[in-house]
Amino acid sequence: MPEQVLPVALTVNGAAHRVQVPSRRLLSDCLRHDLRLTGTHVGCEHGVCGACTVLLDGVPVRSCLVLAASADGAEVTTVEGLGTEEALSPEQQAFRECHALQCGFCTPGFLTTVRAYLDDHPDPTEEEAREAVAGNLCRCTGYQGIVRAVLRAAEIRREREVAP
Amino acid sequence: MKPSPFTYHRPETLEEALATLADVGGDGKVLAGGQSLLPLLSMRLAAPAHLVDIGRLRGLAHVTRDDGGVRVGALARHAEVERDAGAAAAQPLLRRALRLVAHPTIRNRGTTVGSIAHADPSGEMTAVLALLRGSVVLASASGRREVAAADFFVGPLESALRPGELALEARFPAAPARSGSAFVELARRHGDYAVCGVGAVVVLDERGAVASARTSYVSMGPVPEVLDLTADAPPSGADLADSAAWRAAGARTAALLEPDADIHATADYRRHLGRVLTARALAEAAGRARAAARAPEPEEALRA
Repeated sequence: MPEQVLPVALTVNGAAHRVQVPSRRLLSDCLRHDLRLTGTHVGCEHGVCGACTVLLDGVPVRSCLVLAASADGAEVTTVEGLGTEEALSPEQQAFRECHALQCGFCTPGFLTTVRAYLDDHPDPTEEEAREAVAGNLCRCTGYQGIVRAVLRAAEIRREREVAP
Repeated sequence: MKPSPFTYHRPETLEEALATLADVGGDGKVLAGGQSLLPLLSMRLAAPAHLVDIGRLRGLAHVTRDDGGVRVGALARHAEVERDAGAAAAQPLLRRALRLVAHPTIRNRGTTVGSIAHADPSGEMTAVLALLRGSVVLASASGRREVAAADFFVGPLESALRPGELALEARFPAAPARSGSAFVELARRHGDYAVCGVGAVVVLDERGAVASARTSYVSMGPVPEVLDLTADAPPSGADLADSAAWRAAGARTAALLEPDADIHATADYRRHLGRVLTARALAEAAGRARAAARAPEPEEALRA
């Protein structure tokens, strides 16, 4: 039996895409292979590490735990949609300032998670910041810099609101 | 790690979904949030020939409060149930336990009914449904039936769901008067699978004595075991909110639970956790029950 192929329409970082994918294609692989958006990293592929976290209709989800077919019609924001090299997003700037990354493999998942978290919790305590990233694994930094970066990103967001 | 091939179905109506499930029978699997199913597919621990994605059936995303308690539809995400003020008011244990279900990112996608249908004995919501004596409404092309939690959980990852059936709704009874609840667990990190978790409900009588003390467990057996520890409750005059008063109840669990060892804990360590966390959960629940009994308003008004 030939493998089932399905049309999937996605809006990724504001751009509309139409792809034909096997029904078993994971959203993470659809982003990377079909759309060539390799900013989304694939670590454990079973929902533990958080590296593949993207925003699906504005809400952070593990893209390895969503079928591309299930996301048909959805809006996706990947790390590529957060900021640019010239204009880093508050999260990106904070991660750079606070040395919140070493190898960088886990970073896209952290950045998308932190973006959504700060949208809902603009002024977290250190403990809250730590819990906010508890679902993302980093094997390099020991998390101290990452927790600082979450707090710093909140600060940068406030600074930019005052002086855009 | 990729799932093996399957045929994907995305029905637009419940009737269509049930017809498809009837059609594919034992070769079919319902896909809701996918937070338990997708890992199973990717690791090829499951390889259904047909997936029926109910993601378009937004009519099943309800969280409804009525006289009987809280009804949660098949497509209501954990995060939606957790946020629902009416659900938290009617049955405060829902929000308490949901905050311990995985991480927020998983709760954004995973559904409460899906995790109950998954029947994982390390799932908080299975323990909550069993503890509260809730039920699950199952639908198939040939009709509906309601199954009590006690009959629904058959074994690890095994429920009373038959081929062709869809878990339509979970029903959680409301908290009775003069009652309090708690959910405590020990996990390596917040959001990880618990090494041991305990849900507790304590109900007081009109004189403030313990009328009922019940617990249920996460990761302590093949199904969410429910224990009635009323006989081991503290005598009148004891401080119910102090876990020392519940030591006897905690100690009793060691004889009643038969946890397995795994990479995270020996069976003995789990039994130890069962003892300690049972006493803590009951004390916390009893403290809330006492506050609810004293206050003119029910517990939820204080805690919401």
